[in-house]
Amino acid sequence: MSAQESVVSISGLGKVFPKGGVTALENIDLGVQPGEFISLIGPSGCGKSTLLRIIGDLTQPTSGEVLVNGKPAPQARLDRDYGIVFQAAVLFDWRTVAKNIALPLELLKWDRAKRDARVSEMLDLVELNDFGSHYPWQLSGGMQQRVSIARALSFSPALLLMDEPFGALDEMTRERLNLELLSIWAETKSTVIFVTHSISEAVFLSTRVVVMSPRPGRIAGVVEIALAQPRGVRTREEPRFFELVTEVREMLHAVETEAELPE
Amino acid sequence: MINVIKRVAIGIAVLVGVCAFYTGYRELFLATGWTWPFEVDDITLPSLPSIVGALFDPVQEDGELLISLLFKAALFTAKEAFVGFVIGTIVGFTLGAVIARFQMLQRGLMPYVVGSQTIPILAIAPIVVVGLGSLTIAGWTPSDWLRVSVISAYLTFFPVTVNTVRGLESADPRAIELMRSYASGEWAIFLKLRLPSSLPYLFGAFRIAATACVIGAIIGELPSSIQGGLGGAIINFNQYYVLNPQNLWATNLMAAALGISFFLVIVIAEKLLVHRPPETLT
Ligand SMILES: Nc1ncnc2c1ncn2[C@@H]1O[C@H](COP(=O)(O)OP(=O)(O)OP(=O)(O)O)[C@@H](O)[C@H]1O
Ligand SMILES: [Mg+2]
Repeated sequence: MSAQESVVSISGLGKVFPKGGVTALENIDLGVQPGEFISLIGPSGCGKSTLLRIIGDLTQPTSGEVLVNGKPAPQARLDRDYGIVFQAAVLFDWRTVAKNIALPLELLKWDRAKRDARVSEMLDLVELNDFGSHYPWQLSGGMQQRVSIARALSFSPALLLMDEPFGALDEMTRERLNLELLSIWAETKSTVIFVTHSISEAVFLSTRVVVMSPRPGRIAGVVEIALAQPRGVRTREEPRFFELVTEVREMLHAVETEAELPE
Repeated sequence: MINVIKRVAIGIAVLVGVCAFYTGYRELFLATGWTWPFEVDDITLPSLPSIVGALFDPVQEDGELLISLLFKAALFTAKEAFVGFVIGTIVGFTLGAVIARFQMLQRGLMPYVVGSQTIPILAIAPIVVVGLGSLTIAGWTPSDWLRVSVISAYLTFFPVTVNTVRGLESADPRAIELMRSYASGEWAIFLKLRLPSSLPYLFGAFRIAATACVIGAIIGELPSSIQGGLGGAIINFNQYYVLNPQNLWATNLMAAALGISFFLVIVIAEKLLVHRPPETLT
């Protein structure tokens, strides 16, 4: 497929942080097609967040090229081509849940009626209808994260960037939100790039899992996750699911032992 | 609601306690004749009933009641203090916003901002209030009381500047990234993120400024011949203290009441405007 059709197309990407001369990323090539759900997984410090932030033009690469929707990343950011979700919900304490979701819409200068309609659609999507007038600190961590997902999706970006969005949640909440995220993904037909530390989460959610190695951050391998869609509670019980989890785990172990060897 | 009742009850209890202490101290020293650290009599510590009683006596033969005079004086001083508060807030906030925006200025300007507050207010008051007496800006001569407001503004701007800088810089860096992801420029980030983040800090400054601007107005009245305010009343009653100590005590109480009122207005405004997690959660 050509770069024009890719949602994200990365070639020869490198990133050296001037402070301490850390090579966070080296020679990254990755193409993401519309509708894909890509997980980035790898040991801590291998550059997953950095890669995500470069795609979002929140950090500048030192070499290589990043195209988002066929445009250079800075242009894509200015065109609001992506929505982002961090590990912390980063909600504005002084805004109600509804107003938090409306924030990007206000910045896009949508009028009031249109904004209100979209916000209630979004509250529906993340099943928080009764909480629009609550303040963020009145919600549980999982609910806050759903608000932050609703906010990222409110302006229908083609691309959703998520950096360990469920990392701080308990296992049960996490699995429920995984299911919810998948149904949102199916409904909105968006493309997702998802950073996680959890192998089973990566396998369960993704169409492809990208395994990264540290020092310098590189792509060590890619595992196609050919599990049937739509996925559900049963998916986690399929033998194929376990095989894929094992495949990703072995790749990760190889990466980690390699990293521990002296250079 | 229960909280409010509780607080009012505590407030009243403290007031009663202070009155009881004052009266007890006075009566004990009067009864025993103790004179250390100072002699207690109707001039050094007039009795509470006599202070309250003085409020309802005419100030001069057939003149208006003290309470009415003090009330007018308090309103006059309140006007000076309020205008000074507004000017000081505008100047302080602007200065703070500029300093926060241009980091380079922080080191250059902050020493002067801090230095400005080490000059005793008593030394500046005559310069501003008397010295600028003949000041005319494009045919407009500021009235006397407006020059007093400058002193209030002078005391207000400092906490506002310092806390504006701190408040604007308190914005969560992740929230700034989030705003950038929405293609927001500096101005939108300022309006939607930095300004609301700074509100709790700003109100912290306002609490300090609320009482400081009242003090500034009273002190500003002293070196001038402005008679209408509490400062004028203090000078006046000072001269006749030995004859009528209650008048000065009553004036001081009125000044305190004015300061407290300003403070309460800020506290109520904060309650209405700032929606933050209850402190136990943060
Ligand atoms: N602003 C920065 N300045 C200097 N070095 C940085 C900066 N941000 C990240 N790094 C370095 O770049 C490397 C990759 O960091 P990054 O945060 O992308 O890792 P990560 O894979 O997201 O890790 P984790 O799984 O712990 O979140 C690390 O070695 C880190 O120390
Ligand atoms: Mg990270």
